[in-house]
Amino acid sequence: MNTIILKTASKYLLPLLLLFSIFVLLRGHYLPGGGFVGGLIAAIAFVLHAFANGLPHTQRLMRIHPGFLMPFGLAISAVSGMFPMLLNQPFMTGVWKKDPVPVIGSLGSALFFDIGVYLVVIGASLTILFTISETR
Amino acid sequence: MDSAVEKLPILFLCILLYIIVLAIPSVRKNGLRSKLSPLIPIGAFLFFLLGFDGNKQTAVLWSHDLLPTQLSFTIDGLGRLFALLITGIGSLIFIYANGYMKGAKYTQRLQSFLLLFMLAMLGVVLSDDLIMLFIFWELTSVSSFFLIGFKNEDEASRKSALQAISITGLGGLVMLGGFIILGEIAGTYAISEMHNPETIATITSHAWFTPMLIFILLGAFTKSAQFPFHFWLPGAMKAPTPVSAYLHSATMVKAGVYLLARFSPILGDTPVWTIALISFGGVTMIYAAFQALFRTDMKSILAYTTVSALGIMVFLLGMQSSDAIAAVSLFILVHALYKAAFFMLAGTIDHETGTRDISKLSGLKTAMMPLFVIGILAAWSNGGVPPSVGFLGKDLIYESTLAYPGLNYLLTGVSVGTNIMLFAAGLLVGWMPFRGKKISHKNLQLPAPSLWVPAAVLAVLGMLFGLFPSLINDSLINPVANSISGQPEDIHLKLWHGLNTVLYLSLLTMGLGFLTYLVIRPGAGMLGFIESAERFGPRRILHGISHGFIGLSDWITKILQNGKLRIYLLVILGFLVLILGYVVLAETTFTIDIDMLTNITIYEVIIVGILFISVFLTLFSGSRLAAVAAMGVVGYTLCIIFVFYSAPDLAMTQFTIDTLTVILFVLVLYRLPRFIRLDFSPRHILDGLVAIAVGALMTIISLEVLQRMPEREISDYYALNAYVLAKGKNVVNVILVDFRGADTMIEIVVLSIAAIGVYSLLKLRLRKNEKME
Repeated sequence: MNTIILKTASKYLLPLLLLFSIFVLLRGHYLPGGGFVGGLIAAIAFVLHAFANGLPHTQRLMRIHPGFLMPFGLAISAVSGMFPMLLNQPFMTGVWKKDPVPVIGSLGSALFFDIGVYLVVIGASLTILFTISETR
Repeated sequence: MDSAVEKLPILFLCILLYIIVLAIPSVRKNGLRSKLSPLIPIGAFLFFLLGFDGNKQTAVLWSHDLLPTQLSFTIDGLGRLFALLITGIGSLIFIYANGYMKGAKYTQRLQSFLLLFMLAMLGVVLSDDLIMLFIFWELTSVSSFFLIGFKNEDEASRKSALQAISITGLGGLVMLGGFIILGEIAGTYAISEMHNPETIATITSHAWFTPMLIFILLGAFTKSAQFPFHFWLPGAMKAPTPVSAYLHSATMVKAGVYLLARFSPILGDTPVWTIALISFGGVTMIYAAFQALFRTDMKSILAYTTVSALGIMVFLLGMQSSDAIAAVSLFILVHALYKAAFFMLAGTIDHETGTRDISKLSGLKTAMMPLFVIGILAAWSNGGVPPSVGFLGKDLIYESTLAYPGLNYLLTGVSVGTNIMLFAAGLLVGWMPFRGKKISHKNLQLPAPSLWVPAAVLAVLGMLFGLFPSLINDSLINPVANSISGQPEDIHLKLWHGLNTVLYLSLLTMGLGFLTYLVIRPGAGMLGFIESAERFGPRRILHGISHGFIGLSDWITKILQNGKLRIYLLVILGFLVLILGYVVLAETTFTIDIDMLTNITIYEVIIVGILFISVFLTLFSGSRLAAVAAMGVVGYTLCIIFVFYSAPDLAMTQFTIDTLTVILFVLVLYRLPRFIRLDFSPRHILDGLVAIAVGALMTIISLEVLQRMPEREISDYYALNAYVLAKGKNVVNVILVDFRGADTMIEIVVLSIAAIGVYSLLKLRLRKNEKME
């Protein structure tokens, strides 16, 4: 697609949508949202950019292949799940910081788990979409 | 309890450890690791020789209330004799193999498989639990597969390995069926607990006794190469000779005999047992002995005489008399001694001259004097000439057949006939290559000691035990007879019984055997004739079955894996409809209660209207893109319905997922050829019907779930505790990341795997040289 409107819009939409996805990710614990939806929104943001500017452009912008996000995400989730075990609690027990942190709210292992989910979802969906659109 | 049987796991672990040590590849041929390998069986041999007397010891090492089986070992006279044979002959075979495989490739691999096989055999003869015995039994089949097919570059070798594992493996599976029936009837899977008279009475009077016995016998008969399953054994001669010597003298093929001997006190005293064992054993022993006479390949002769000897053992076990039990107890030992010596002899001759064809070999006596002596001694024991231990064995066989009520003439005749032919066959291997004029084999000289000393040890032992039967009478043979009969036996082995019928029969056997040897001239003509009998026999039938089986699986695969996504979907969904539909229709009563419904609002009417229109568009639109867009609209309307019913999380996710799905569809459809609507075919109707059925089914199931809602407690618990325990107000998210976090963890792993799958399917293509055809 080669429309100047979409191209221009996507330039601003990408950071906005990414910010929005992080917002959705962080509010997930109290209000509708969460890592899964957040990840999907971020993936849509990149796909939109790719539609407007062409896939190679988006890939250059991303610097790394989205597939690399998957192992990072899995590692973050796994570590946050295992972290309670260091404190002699069962796997996946929620561990929370006592005082809330400004902007984010209360900080706990569940949040890091959700960040891992977020990254895996971005990585997996973009890998699938990019691979299919690249294949000739 | 601090008995030696409890140390068995340590022995097993040591063997396992050395198997691993050997399995690590080595740069050098015949390195230190393979040179030291005989130490393992020697150590095990000493363990069994010194650690146990003939008394029964049982140890349960591990058991669990929920499992009927347990990890338990037992060792008695029978188990000990077999363990001694397995490790004793194993030691000699390992020494022999080091000499035989000198300079050859993969010696370590061979030894590692041999050790694995030895471990499995020890497990078979020492297990007390039926299931454990079965596992070790199958392990012997698997490890012998690798041993028989050791020359894996040779197609015939691979074929006979496959043949061996399919026959013994199938037999093993049938046997497992028998074991399970036996265990269920007896109420225990421990063999040692079945020995009391009440349990035996329960087992033998049970309605399922006969099928169970037939299943177990099938397992034993296939393993011990009884007619008509015998043909895998001669085929297995493709293995390197040390392997043949080990598998066919003392171990693999004796496993079936062991099994029969082990169950003889429990199942033996029944007509089915007697008839089956005597008839199959009798036919096998005479048929295989006859086949052996006309072979020219030394190993082939030995293979058929082995089959014949196994027939004799099965035959004796069928008779169940004290004499027969004494005979089989002794014959197991006798046969192992002379047959292993014979095999090693054949292997050494092959190794030195390059041929095993007795019609080409002659005059080896001058160059290989020790081998000649071994050949004579082994033939001596094989033929049952006094004073060898074979003579004692044959005496007992004749005594038991003569005493068998009713059929004594027939059975004695069959055994005399078999022994005459075996006598001649023994001379063919042990004597024929050495006599006569010397054929020029260049530089023929005495081979290295490791190639003939092990055989010499066995041959000399065969003679020694015959001269001094007291060496083995009380320590080895009597305990074996006790375990086979299940009650104390009193055996007195002696050379001289006086002038009686048995002695005359022995003399007759020797005389006629020698005559046969003089008359028989094995050659190509007779070989062709005798092989045709094998070719049209059971092997042909089995080949037919296996080919039919391959054809069948080919056919099924072509139907199921036809490469058309459409058909796959149709099959999966159709199956789902059938299975779920059956359950739903069988268990659900359909009542529609209109009063239960909430009031329908105008928004809902509009949304559902849009939904219907877009469904219609999806189905009947002329362009793919329009259909996909309409599908997207269907998804969005669903999102709005979710919003109506206050499920914002679901709506958000559905919304984004739908967006991505449409994009994905477009990306894929972009590449497809132009959409052409062809005639409306019956296939469309079928597709439509399946689609409607799936949709209707899912609707019914979700309504049904809402109606039943079996456990509200769980959702209540989540709703109540989300903030208290997990400090979250969004219950959905708390469930995802906290309460059911492990599920989510697995889901993201699955998602990653799916992404990697798509990537590798589309991106990674075979390079040209990697493509097949």
